[in-house]
Amino acid sequence: MSTEKTLTLAIMDAPYESAASTTALRLVDAALRAGHHVNVFAYEGAVALTMRAQKAHANPVKGTSLEEEHHPTTKDWVSALFRLAAERGVKLDWVNCGLCVDERGAGEWVDGPRRGGPKDFFEMAERSTATFVIPTR
Amino acid sequence: MTHFVFVESRDPYESADCHTLQELAAGLAARGHRVTFFLVQNAVLPARAGSRFSSQLTGLASHGVQVMADDFALRERAIAECARGVSAASFDDLTRLIMEPDTRALWH
Amino acid sequence: MNTLCIVESAYRATLEEQDDTILWLVRAMRGAGAQLSLLLRGNAVNYLTPGHDCSSLSIAGQKLGHPPVLDADVRAVAAHGVPVYVVREDLAERGLAPSGFASGIIAVSRAEVPALFERHERIWHW
Repeated sequence: MSTEKTLTLAIMDAPYESAASTTALRLVDAALRAGHHVNVFAYEGAVALTMRAQKAHANPVKGTSLEEEHHPTTKDWVSALFRLAAERGVKLDWVNCGLCVDERGAGEWVDGPRRGGPKDFFEMAERSTATFVIPTR
Repeated sequence: MTHFVFVESRDPYESADCHTLQELAAGLAARGHRVTFFLVQNAVLPARAGSRFSSQLTGLASHGVQVMADDFALRERAIAECARGVSAASFDDLTRLIMEPDTRALWH
Repeated sequence: MNTLCIVESAYRATLEEQDDTILWLVRAMRGAGAQLSLLLRGNAVNYLTPGHDCSSLSIAGQKLGHPPVLDADVRAVAAHGVPVYVVREDLAERGLAPSGFASGIIAVSRAEVPALFERHERIWHW
């Protein structure tokens, strides 16, 4: 059941490079479970969070197989967030900044996200209850 | 009265300007605004009771700022006891704070 | 050739990687025969604190298969024959005691770090 409130997030960090990526996804998770609609504007390196070609791997140092390691990929987390939104009857709108996608060659992404740009972020923010920017350093 | 939520991700061991943000938060509280300082990631490190910068957080709380620390980040870093004035909180709490009316949230 | 690996940055993407990538790299290189030492400084000294627990992480119901237990990972580095040094003053600044560590983990003062540098042919600050 939706609260009819919307949170818009702008994120910038590439996966596997900083703690901010996981923190941002935790916030999306919490907002969806609270019944809010969520918009995500993935800018710069964050467009790589949704790359379809991400693959899990085994961990030879710790001796775990691919299946045992269950290494998380951010694209799987994003896909799970879309499923969560659908289950809760709320909307997750994920926009990958198109120019950032192009320069990084990150154009093949999982189902759910769409291509967009700064205009989308501004329009999402205008329509939102709250907008939160998580910058990179 | 506006509610200001500062989500602090930086820690004073690695970032020279953490105290600046704390001064800003205290200044807004002094002007009568409601202010929440929410620590995430490594920003919870100084929240450990007895750490070098824990007194800064206690001092911030004494200036009327609500100082909270992400309970997941505390457990992730094996921080069992927070400094006086710092309370553990969840991301559900953070979400609720951010989504309140007349609230401005910013990340540092 | 003896190499000193310095780790200062802590908890950077450790949830997504399920490891600290430099502790992992040190163990992988040790497994390949490298002669290494590890120096923990800055926020990385917090890795020695027992009780690290990120097992509750769940994003849309997806939990980590192998949540990193970083204090155990540091002990494992030492157990695999890599001397682990930790800066005593950095521990104190974080409210941590400079003692009670597992075998192979040695607290050094900042003043002792130059001597540590002199004993290694290569120094890699990650």
